[in-house]
Amino acid sequence: MAQTVFAPWDNPDEKPLIQFKNVTKRFGDFTAIDNLTQDIYTREFFALLGPSGCGKTTMMRMLAGFENPSEGQILIAGQDMAGVPPNKRPVNMMFQSYALFPHLSVWDNIAFGLRREGAEKTQLAARVEQMLKLTRLERFARRKPHQISGGQRQRVALARSLAKAPKLLLLDEPLGALDKKLRQDTQFELMDIQEKTGTTFVIVTHDQEEAMTVASRVAVMDEGRIMQVATPAVIYEQPNSVYVADFIGDVNIIEGAATPHPQADGYSVAWAEGQPQFHAKTNRSFAPGQKCFLALRPEKVAISAEPPEEAANRIQGKIIDIAYLGNISTYHVRLPNGTMMKAQTANTRRLSRRSLTWEDAVWLSWTDTAAAVLEG
Amino acid sequence: MRRFTWFNATSLTLGFVFLYLPMVILVIYSFNASKLVTVWAGFSTRWYGELLGNQAFLDAAWVTLKVAVASSTLATVLGTMAAYVLVRSGRFAGRTLFSGMIYAPLVMPEVITGLSLLLLFIGIGLDRGVLTIILAHTTFAMCYVSVVVSSRLVSFDRSLEEAALDLGCTPFTAFRLVTLPIIAPAVVSGWLLAFTLSLDDLVIASFTAGPSATTLPIKIFSAVRLGVSPEINALSTLMIAIVTVGVITASLISKRASLAQQRDAQAAARAQ
Ligand SMILES: Nc1ncnc2c1ncn2[C@@H]1O[C@H](COP(=O)(O)OP(=O)(O)O)[C@@H](O)[C@H]1O
Ligand SMILES: [Mg+2]
Repeated sequence: MAQTVFAPWDNPDEKPLIQFKNVTKRFGDFTAIDNLTQDIYTREFFALLGPSGCGKTTMMRMLAGFENPSEGQILIAGQDMAGVPPNKRPVNMMFQSYALFPHLSVWDNIAFGLRREGAEKTQLAARVEQMLKLTRLERFARRKPHQISGGQRQRVALARSLAKAPKLLLLDEPLGALDKKLRQDTQFELMDIQEKTGTTFVIVTHDQEEAMTVASRVAVMDEGRIMQVATPAVIYEQPNSVYVADFIGDVNIIEGAATPHPQADGYSVAWAEGQPQFHAKTNRSFAPGQKCFLALRPEKVAISAEPPEEAANRIQGKIIDIAYLGNISTYHVRLPNGTMMKAQTANTRRLSRRSLTWEDAVWLSWTDTAAAVLEG
Repeated sequence: MRRFTWFNATSLTLGFVFLYLPMVILVIYSFNASKLVTVWAGFSTRWYGELLGNQAFLDAAWVTLKVAVASSTLATVLGTMAAYVLVRSGRFAGRTLFSGMIYAPLVMPEVITGLSLLLLFIGIGLDRGVLTIILAHTTFAMCYVSVVVSSRLVSFDRSLEEAALDLGCTPFTAFRLVTLPIIAPAVVSGWLLAFTLSLDDLVIASFTAGPSATTLPIKIFSAVRLGVSPEINALSTLMIAIVTVGVITASLISKRASLAQQRDAQAAARAQ
């Protein structure tokens, strides 16, 4: 084996950098964070993913010290943060609203934190220049925040929070205002910075692709609770709930009743009257007849004109719609009982040479390990 | 559509004549060569020269200036602090009462304010003089400053202060380095407002001034009771000039600041 995998969360001897211990945060009688317990480790790139209003910003603000937990404890590097003001925490935050100082130039904005810690003049200048270079803002150093574009402002905010090289950096939707290309560049830039500096990042995003790209672990949140924490691959391939499966990427959800398969070690899922049962393997166990959900990613469903041989699951249907996305196409197929199912294929051939089209009768097939079997 | 109909033009003229005719007459007669106030005898700046030779007026002017500078500065500091606390502290028991109480002196009859201050000074045995006028002016100008400053603070983006704290500022340095520079235009126009208010206050000053210190308005008022002199006209003209400059500067500053604020808000909205 070449490298050891970065997985401090699997190592019981590893000390977490951040510990949320049964943290609850209420605003009036509204519970924004609900009894949340979570460890985050040094050098992690921890992504908080969830719909708007689920409490991501609130978690960040509690880490930075702008909000106090109503109940529970937050520890950073083993130290209880209760009563420690924001300016005494080894944490910097990039604000969702950027919060750039309007009366200071881009240069002075970035230098602000360094000045507060009394950095020496030439060192300070060098550091600011370095940050300007990193965020490609050299040409705008003398401008005021209102004289630059939204994307540039976002980069200033990023540079300002990075300048002090904090132990822990909190990024609240850092790349929302950037166009796709620049966003991808910046994502790799962030990972690069992380690699070089060893900073721990907690990043809030509602862009799941971004979370998948940058994160060592992803936490999917809903209404103040963390639904699942795992590596991007596990979140994607082995979601623990329909909510998580549905939140990340495209998925077919099929509800049915599980029955242990007589021969194989999986389950047969009866999902519709008069239709052949589906077969799926899982290490969860279900009682005979227990309700279950199959979560099946479209790219794991093969589509063909001829009936496939030796497929664990196959079913016939009719193409209703084709979404052509350039590199891939998504076929929307109607099954005999009216259920719609999505299947995705890579477009390795030119458009004119592809055989499947609207109204074609086709076969869908997938293996018995393709779908995750979930309880709810 | 014609904007100046016959009716509009008339009402505008009447309104402005009503407002400014007395002052215009005063200004014109301050350049009168004659000693008789009501008889025009040609243009002259004689009374301005005479004014400079009148020690009593010069003393009063000096007192007025000292009082205005000191009280407006004090009022600005106190008023800004009060505004900051009231806008920032969020909800606490009795907040509405507090903010109401800060603004109450705005509508309080000046005679009452003056009288109560007089009683206070007598009560604590403070001799009436420059100091008592300064204190009295600070008291009533402070409310005006806090109104001006708090209207700016309400629209101030709280996350700027949080960012400053996050980058290592104490709450005080965050205020000094971030909040204060941004609300500075409001603070300056609050100061100018306090300055002009102090400059032309007669009622409160009469209650709190002593024999050792007389302000210009008091001096003018008592001089006029012995008959209007061209000197008084000249002096009043000068005061009109000073107050006008002060008020125009204050409004220009707040106008520019609100334009800049609008522009920033628009830029921010575009960035979203
Ligand atoms: N200061 C506050 N007062 C009252 N409610 C708040 C406050 N801050 C956040 N909330 C509420 O808490 C919930 C979570 O907010 P937030 O953490 O900002 O969500 P997001 O995941 O979109 O960042 C929202 O419903 C929001 O309305
Ligand atoms: Mg948010």
